[in-house]
Amino acid sequence: MLFKKSSQKPVLPGFGLSMGFTTFYLSLLVFLPLSALVLKSFELDWAGFVKVVASERAIASYQLTFGSSFIAALINLVFGLLVAWVLVRYSFPFKKIIDALVDLPFALPTAVAGIALTAIYAPNGWIGQYFYQWGIKIAYTPIGVTLALVFIGLPFVVRTVQPVLEDLEQELEEAAASLGANRLQIFCRVIFPALIPSLLTGFALAFARAIGEYGSVVFISGNMPFRTEITPLLIMSRLEEFDYAGAAALGTVMLLISFLLLLLINALQHWSQQRHGGGR
Amino acid sequence: MSAGSGQFQPRRATTEPLWLRAILLTFALGFLALFLLLPLVIVFGEAFSKGWQVYVAAVTEPAAAHAIKLTLIAAAIAVPCNAIFGLAASWAIAKFQFRGRQFLITLIDLPIAVSPVIAGLSLMLIFGARGWWGEWLNDHDLQVMFAVPGIVLATIFITFPYVARELIPMMQQQGREAEEAALTLGASGWQTFIRVTLPSVKWALLYGLILCNARAMGEFGAVSVVSGKIREQTNTMPLHIEILYNEYQFAAAFAVSSLLALLALLTLVLKSSLEWRAARDLAEAEACRRPE
Repeated sequence: MLFKKSSQKPVLPGFGLSMGFTTFYLSLLVFLPLSALVLKSFELDWAGFVKVVASERAIASYQLTFGSSFIAALINLVFGLLVAWVLVRYSFPFKKIIDALVDLPFALPTAVAGIALTAIYAPNGWIGQYFYQWGIKIAYTPIGVTLALVFIGLPFVVRTVQPVLEDLEQELEEAAASLGANRLQIFCRVIFPALIPSLLTGFALAFARAIGEYGSVVFISGNMPFRTEITPLLIMSRLEEFDYAGAAALGTVMLLISFLLLLLINALQHWSQQRHGGGR
Repeated sequence: MSAGSGQFQPRRATTEPLWLRAILLTFALGFLALFLLLPLVIVFGEAFSKGWQVYVAAVTEPAAAHAIKLTLIAAAIAVPCNAIFGLAASWAIAKFQFRGRQFLITLIDLPIAVSPVIAGLSLMLIFGARGWWGEWLNDHDLQVMFAVPGIVLATIFITFPYVARELIPMMQQQGREAEEAALTLGASGWQTFIRVTLPSVKWALLYGLILCNARAMGEFGAVSVVSGKIREQTNTMPLHIEILYNEYQFAAAFAVSSLLALLALLTLVLKSSLEWRAARDLAEAEACRRPE
């Protein structure tokens, strides 16, 4: 249904115009600037490139960026599944409002999220002060960075799992129950396997989004080199030192990783759509 | 075999015991309250922490007013540009088959995955003083970086996938039968597009526009690279918030933030009502189809 046979001749007009405009727009906005980025990084020779992207400070920033993004995506995986489950299966007051609120991190500007989270988790913040009494600092540490990334990635897992869970046929569960499976077995053997592709897609989306995140992290991280400096921030400080080639080299590495992640996500989505009723 | 009890009580078989439901619900709602509700409450709470006068002063002072104006201008240019792009791209991708189609979709998604800082940096390398076109622009007295055009470009870059992403699956789902019928009946290409295609994707289009607008007004990373943050010249609302925050004017920073938070809430309300209307239209269309 979805994909027409390609042997069918396109009788609809406007392919040239729409395709031409799309290509022009994409080239001007994406292809040209991103090639400028990659080419700029070539101004460095190989040794120089490696020196920038494998410097101690850069490696510390990768560890923080990827480590905290991974943990944040994991937290979102668990709680995203839980939230999607609760929203689909249970009824409770204000459900529609809560459902709508899940998209807040998409709609709320990252800078606003950043200062709000800092106000909550700073040592004198609403929640931070209680942890500070026990000697735990949240804001200005990797924990704070992770919390900001949890916020940013929160909707992804919920929104990829929710439709799949809604379409899941209850008959399967009834059949499993009638065959003597208990609730845990049904969840592990019937429901969970059906959700795996969408869970992985949501995880990868949250992870990809977290890696590039800047606005919310910059406020809560404290931006100390080697300790709480994420890679996008390191690029920013290279820029402020007018080290364009160095910034471009780091940017190229990040760009490559983002692009690979996107390809992976597309493959996952393709898999998930095939598993989930051949189309739609 | 003891199949009896399970078969006759399907409700019990496909739900959890009450205690487990209560626990799951508590954890889920607690998580959402901590991560979604609390930040919102904080924004408004801190914004009014020094009273109404401080709030009103913070959002009406000239620098804030200018930032609001600039944010509106950037969104007013970026959103229509991206709407046109979204329509063109989705028409090409959804209605035709061609080589590299999947790759094109991946390219369109790129700004969502690429760090906004990298987006800003890339634009700088093209339009900046030492960039590819920097000299030419300078010779012709055109300032792109550290000026409004750069902010608009960065905003367009970050937000262009949103309309296209909503439209592509919608147009694919609609197929091409309706358009082909209209063409057979003698409508021109544009007539077909405006009378047949546009109405059938209107909810997806509006939905995309709203998301695109929310992102455009809130963009921070890319804009902060290209703007130079000159007060009353190249400061958008998110940048203004950062400056206020770094100057320890917390109440003022949260006051301006509360405007953006209101925008986010409005976006969510509009989005939900669009989803509701789209679902209603779909149900009506199905109801019309069924009796025949």
